[in-house]
Amino acid sequence: MRGPEAGGAPVVGKRRPTVFLVDDHLLVRSGVRAELGDTVEVVGEADEVDAAVEMIRERSPEVVLLDVHLPGGGGHAVIDAVSETHPDIRFLALSVSDAAEDVIAIIRAGARGYVTKTISGPELIDAVHRVADGDAVFSPKLAGFVLDAFAGDDEPQPCPQPRFDPEFDQLTPRERETLRLIARGYAYKEIARELSISTKTVESHVSAVLRKLQLSSRYQLTRWATERRLL
Amino acid sequence: MVDVNRSWEDTWIAEGTTPHPLPWLPPPPDPGASRVVPRRRHRGRGNGPLRRTRDNQYLAGVCGGIGERLGIDPTVVRVITVLLVLGAGTGLLVYIAAWLIMTRQGEDRSIAKRITSDPGEMRLAMVVGTLVIAVIVGVAASGLPGASNLAWPVAISAAGLLFVWRGSSVEERSELRHVLGQVPLAAELTSGSRRSSVLRIALGVVLVAIGVEGLGGLVTTRSSWVATRGFLGVLAVIVGFAIVFGPTWLRTVRSLTEERRERVRSQERADMAAHVHDSVLQTLALIQKAADDPREVSRLARAQERELRSWLFEDRPPGSFDDGATTVAVATAIIEQEVEDDHGVDVDAVVVGDCPLTEDLQSLLAAGREAAVNAAKWSGTTTISLFVEVEPNSVSLFVHDRGCGFDPDAVPDDRRGITDSIRDRMTRHGGTAVIRSAPGKGTEVELVMARQP
Repeated sequence: MRGPEAGGAPVVGKRRPTVFLVDDHLLVRSGVRAELGDTVEVVGEADEVDAAVEMIRERSPEVVLLDVHLPGGGGHAVIDAVSETHPDIRFLALSVSDAAEDVIAIIRAGARGYVTKTISGPELIDAVHRVADGDAVFSPKLAGFVLDAFAGDDEPQPCPQPRFDPEFDQLTPRERETLRLIARGYAYKEIARELSISTKTVESHVSAVLRKLQLSSRYQLTRWATERRLL
Repeated sequence: MVDVNRSWEDTWIAEGTTPHPLPWLPPPPDPGASRVVPRRRHRGRGNGPLRRTRDNQYLAGVCGGIGERLGIDPTVVRVITVLLVLGAGTGLLVYIAAWLIMTRQGEDRSIAKRITSDPGEMRLAMVVGTLVIAVIVGVAASGLPGASNLAWPVAISAAGLLFVWRGSSVEERSELRHVLGQVPLAAELTSGSRRSSVLRIALGVVLVAIGVEGLGGLVTTRSSWVATRGFLGVLAVIVGFAIVFGPTWLRTVRSLTEERRERVRSQERADMAAHVHDSVLQTLALIQKAADDPREVSRLARAQERELRSWLFEDRPPGSFDDGATTVAVATAIIEQEVEDDHGVDVDAVVVGDCPLTEDLQSLLAAGREAAVNAAKWSGTTTISLFVEVEPNSVSLFVHDRGCGFDPDAVPDDRRGITDSIRDRMTRHGGTAVIRSAPGKGTEVELVMARQP
């Protein structure tokens, strides 16, 4: 799938991952560029869907920093088009909105994480590296959304759901605890200490939750996200 | 949509088929068309779901779809279909039923599903269904030889085609429009030209005349089909009027809706402008004045961001928190706002679940607020995490910071009061408070309150 010139053999250690920025605001792009500094290699920028898709395919970066609201179809249009031909390019959503429907929609489209634009520089750098290494990035808000959306699993479901798959539609107690700690503002390292597990295990819990979030057939997930708006 | 139409037209022409007067009839064998078929055939018998095809279609893609599914040449299916339609009227019904029920390739729902999931369309279906039954019964009662056998397939097909039109996707509709354009009379009637309105009005007037004639005949006729004749007469008059005045009426309704939509839109724009002026511009002015006080600038920016966010994403008018909170989530948002405003820190609040605010929960949140203020004042960090989880039997609240921390056993008396008051508030209402901290390790306050059943 990937072109032969693709600049992306998997990163070893803390190399500078190649990053592509997609945002329709020039100010945001230059701000993010400045914050990332020389910790990453920015290989390109785009401000709308079609241009982004074309350039990302051409330059195949390791991580795409993607705005959720974009002219020409929104961030998930970029994910859809790019992952068709380049399934190994990873996306980190970056948005001003922390509305549940935006967050859930872009994660389900295939983004490996979601951060708001108010995130601090070091945290953003950490998030980009994490995504480049194949991990998931959960902000406290996203963790809260997931807990909320997957709530009520402990009780029996009131009625059988269409295609209810326990593998994807339920969180394990450990995953639940991990998400709670993220929502409480703990870093992965602190979570590992609190739960007496390794940081790698924390990362695998978070990745598992991400997978469930993307693959779950829970019809509530989408409905919950849209209804939340009406609270 | 224009593109879709054009691409379809292009393939039509590219395949070398001269537009046929009745395009859904199988075309005379020609090399152009056979280019498509073998590509389908080499796949052999398909095993996917039965779908209406879109790249080998003349009208609905039903025959092509069936051919693909069964692994036979669609032309064979087409010939059989045409024979069935000509031989017995039921063939047409089956074709239209298949059109309604089979999902088109690349679409997620069939036309039937689209119609049944729309209450408005279902109401129309009810009306049309009644009308169809009335026509069938009416014609049957008329006792005209052969009319009854013809009437029911025609009436049901007409109704079916009406819903095909209403329920088809925008893309399919534009393709259908193209097909219709090749039928001389239909093209003339739908073109909206001067000639078309003349034709339409003539047709309508003829129908009205027939109807009136039929009704007039009632006076002199004594036969058993008086009622039927009356019914058919009325029907002809109604249809005649519909054909004459329908398009004008539709246009009026459409322009009224459009006008209303435009009004709503401009109202929204005005609201938006007022809001931006009242809050955002004011805040920007304040920020410019306070440019040399970074703490104040970030406080203003944060307050404005929060207000804008709740207005844009949560449909909450600015300042609506002031009317007092009624649920845990709203109360937490108020705490977030107040602590950020009063102490210039960033409060990262996450709420999972929600429930009405009882007296016990009010004191839980009051204690939580105190803990957050405490962290804002003493921890030395600028970010405080506030996590509230509502569970069936309890509500827990965590206030966490990565600040300087303290030794809970060696707290000076002047600060002791604060932790004590947090604990007191909780225990008085049957809740618990745990405070974890160590110098340099940050602080976390965990508050849990049981929920009354």
